[in-house]
Amino acid sequence: MDNPSQLVQYVLTGLSNGAIYALIGFGFAIIHNATGILNFAQGEFVMLGGMFTIFILSFLNLPLVPAIVLAIVFSTLVGMLFERLAIRPLKNVKPLSLVIITIGASIFIRGAAMLIWGKDTHAVPAFSSNNPLHIYGATIMPQHLWIFGITLLIIMANKLFFSYSILGKAMRACAYNAHAASLVGIDVKIMVLLSFVVSAAIGSMAGIIIAPLTMTSYDVGIMLGIKGFCAVIIGGMSSGLGTVLGGLLLGLLESLGAGYISASYKDAIAFIILLLILFIRPEGLFKQKETQRV
Amino acid sequence: MKKRFFSTMLFSIIAIVLFVFMAWTHTFAAPPIKIGALFSVSGPAAFLGEPERNTAQMVVDEINKAGGIKGRKLELVVIDTQGDPAKAVQGANKLIKDDKVVAIIGPSTTGDSMAIIPVVEKAEIPLISCAAGSKITEPIKKWVFKTAQNDGLAVAKIYEYLNKQKIGKIAILTVSDGFGSSGREQLVAHAKEFGIDIISNETYGPKDTDMTAQLTKIRAGGAQAIICWGTNPGPAVVARNIKQLGIKLPLFMSHGVSSKKFIELAGDAAEGIMLPSGRVIVANQIPGTDPQKKALLSYVSSYKKAYKVDGDHFGGHAWDAMMMLKGAVEKAGDSPAAIRDQLEKTSKFAGIGGTFSYTAQDHAGLTKDAFVLVEIKNQSWKLVK
Repeated sequence: MDNPSQLVQYVLTGLSNGAIYALIGFGFAIIHNATGILNFAQGEFVMLGGMFTIFILSFLNLPLVPAIVLAIVFSTLVGMLFERLAIRPLKNVKPLSLVIITIGASIFIRGAAMLIWGKDTHAVPAFSSNNPLHIYGATIMPQHLWIFGITLLIIMANKLFFSYSILGKAMRACAYNAHAASLVGIDVKIMVLLSFVVSAAIGSMAGIIIAPLTMTSYDVGIMLGIKGFCAVIIGGMSSGLGTVLGGLLLGLLESLGAGYISASYKDAIAFIILLLILFIRPEGLFKQKETQRV
Repeated sequence: MKKRFFSTMLFSIIAIVLFVFMAWTHTFAAPPIKIGALFSVSGPAAFLGEPERNTAQMVVDEINKAGGIKGRKLELVVIDTQGDPAKAVQGANKLIKDDKVVAIIGPSTTGDSMAIIPVVEKAEIPLISCAAGSKITEPIKKWVFKTAQNDGLAVAKIYEYLNKQKIGKIAILTVSDGFGSSGREQLVAHAKEFGIDIISNETYGPKDTDMTAQLTKIRAGGAQAIICWGTNPGPAVVARNIKQLGIKLPLFMSHGVSSKKFIELAGDAAEGIMLPSGRVIVANQIPGTDPQKKALLSYVSSYKKAYKVDGDHFGGHAWDAMMMLKGAVEKAGDSPAAIRDQLEKTSKFAGIGGTFSYTAQDHAGLTKDAFVLVEIKNQSWKLVK
């Protein structure tokens, strides 16, 4: 650690990657907690967010803000279709079959994206300027600030939604006990659909805010999906602070590992953490005795 | 009843006449010469395979339109390897056994090429690979030639320039796939002979989206220049990260990004980057005395006409392979052994990738002059003299 500005750079890089992992992890948690499904197509929503934005910008020639809104709407529609066509028709199936269906859906969405938009990587323009900002000798792009800001907003909105709105409370009720929830008049099917809507929207938002930095192509969803999954496992499948901390921790470890050990181990770090947590502390790092899911 | 009988008869006669006529034309027109093509049209190496397939098809169409080779049409049988050596081997077997091709061009990647070499050697079918790895033709294999420039030649071109600029300490950042590790090998292997000291040696994953950690480390190491070896989109991320970090060192890329796509992805961050490339991207800037000028201009204009996009460096490998094959078939006929012998006699063929001269000891056929150094200026390529 010869140079403090070097450390600051690693930390900033790690935190901004970690924020994205946390957002993707959120999508996993919301669906898992409402339905018990591990939705491995979550990464594809991230890809769809970025690709729809590019598509709308270049083919419909809309300005950036409406393009982003439309991209989220389109990705959410895909999420709804996915739930209606692939998840709801199945009754009384084992969770494992559902997991396999989500993997199949992710391959399908990826393949369709490749056929429709081609195999090229695309660059999305930055939300604001492209001039780096200097912080204690390290530099970040204005886009990083957008990432932090939007992640923070989504986390707060999530908290408010699940704690104070009737819909959010109803979804939590389904998570605790779907049968009891239906007895008190909550339409469980609608809640499941809603969980797909929310997580598709959050996933596509994540894909849109990172696209200006990392660029996007039809196959970005796989790795990001896995990283988000790691984040949510570290966070113990909570859609609250646990997953946020899990994502940030993963991002930090990756970036410090790449900086001080070797970049070759960057992805290995994520997988080692994932395995360690699953073996040693499957309930997640931050889980207390009694925590609320969702 | 009688009328119906008559019409049935009439139809039968017409049918018989048609059949005979078709059989007749079929027998008397010479059968086409079949050429096999293995390209990674889809999959991770599609950026190589797609322009290569397009180019090969375009050349075959052009030859056929001009009447074929000595009155015989060419037929190109394309198989997509998807960048998977197992599929490449299956494809090669199919081409040789089912399609009975006289020669094979491709595959696009070094991995695929190495996998099918035993197949073509055993079947004694000439292969002109479009992949860059030097091990394809070193040691020499009787039936195997290649058109893509060896990575070592690109490294030599960069090092030569560094020597001129009196830069001795460099950092290298390579992608951890076949292309990157071959580049890394060559960068390390040639460093000594040019008196260059590699003081940072970093890698990144092909799907990585942020390289600031590696670059921060490189900046702390005190190198005088950075060489990045990879194919899109990684190098574009590197270029953007370097701009973000405010690193002012000269940045070199490999020939793996010598396509407009790189400039598009890297945007402003591409300004000032230098890389070795085949001449095709600067076709109109090279002096008229250059022996390749004519081939380059004709390739660029016909590719643009056929596919509405600019032809690139990679498609050029297939152009060279097809044109040398055409030359060999014109001189030696359509037996695989004769084609091979004729290919080995290719001398001073001015193509897209360079001026090729194959000999019994050299089946790669190029020198480091196959590359020129280009700089990205105002979102376009500029020849560095």
